[in-house]
Amino acid sequence: MKADATLDCTGLYCPMPIIETTDKMRELEIGQVLEILADDKGIKSDMPAWCESTGNEFLGIEEENGECKVYVRKRAE
Amino acid sequence: MEKEKEKVTIVVFSGELDKALAAFNIATTAAAMGMDVTMFFTFWGLNAIKKSEGPLRSKGLMRKMLNWMNRGGSKRLKLSKFNMLGMGTWMIKKLMREERMPSIEELIAQANRLGVKLVACTTSMGMMGLGEDAFIPEVDSFAGAATFLGQARKGTVNLFI
Repeated sequence: MKADATLDCTGLYCPMPIIETTDKMRELEIGQVLEILADDKGIKSDMPAWCESTGNEFLGIEEENGECKVYVRKRAE
Repeated sequence: MEKEKEKVTIVVFSGELDKALAAFNIATTAAAMGMDVTMFFTFWGLNAIKKSEGPLRSKGLMRKMLNWMNRGGSKRLKLSKFNMLGMGTWMIKKLMREERMPSIEELIAQANRLGVKLVACTTSMGMMGLGEDAFIPEVDSFAGAATFLGQARKGTVNLFI
């Protein structure tokens, strides 16, 4: 999937990937896609929950060798 | 018009490191999820937001003794189990550092940056003889149970830790 920006959260546990995603999303324009790299399995459930709560769009997860690439489209400020 | 933010309140009653970590973890996550978060620190929970440095001033022998035995400050918090004279707490902090998990001090700083409101209970402060100068500057206000209930009745998530 094509992303406008990438955030590396590998090695980080809850709540840091969520907090760093919140910060990073502020830099993006509405409609842009953020790719988040993470290896904490919690992200698979946490990121959709974060999106639902903040009004952003969860696009999906690609998983490879225990690493997740999570895609989120900015839909709200 | 932007819809009103969901409200989260957390009562932090306990003064142990593990429970304070849980409270600040949930608080920072909720704030990152766009919720309006208020943490109320009461009784032993005040220890998490006391200054770690400098003397605690209090009047009377019993209060002086209490504050000597229960000095508090985020750096002095102990685990609720397996403290083992500080060794268990030291080990958990070391493991957390190795895994790049935020320390309690870092979580307090994150909470402050994300707009989490920290409120200290004035009743506990009065009983323990603690003034406003006993607390870290991140504390927003000093209030009682009615303030907590005023927020909690509008809250969608209200926790007691």
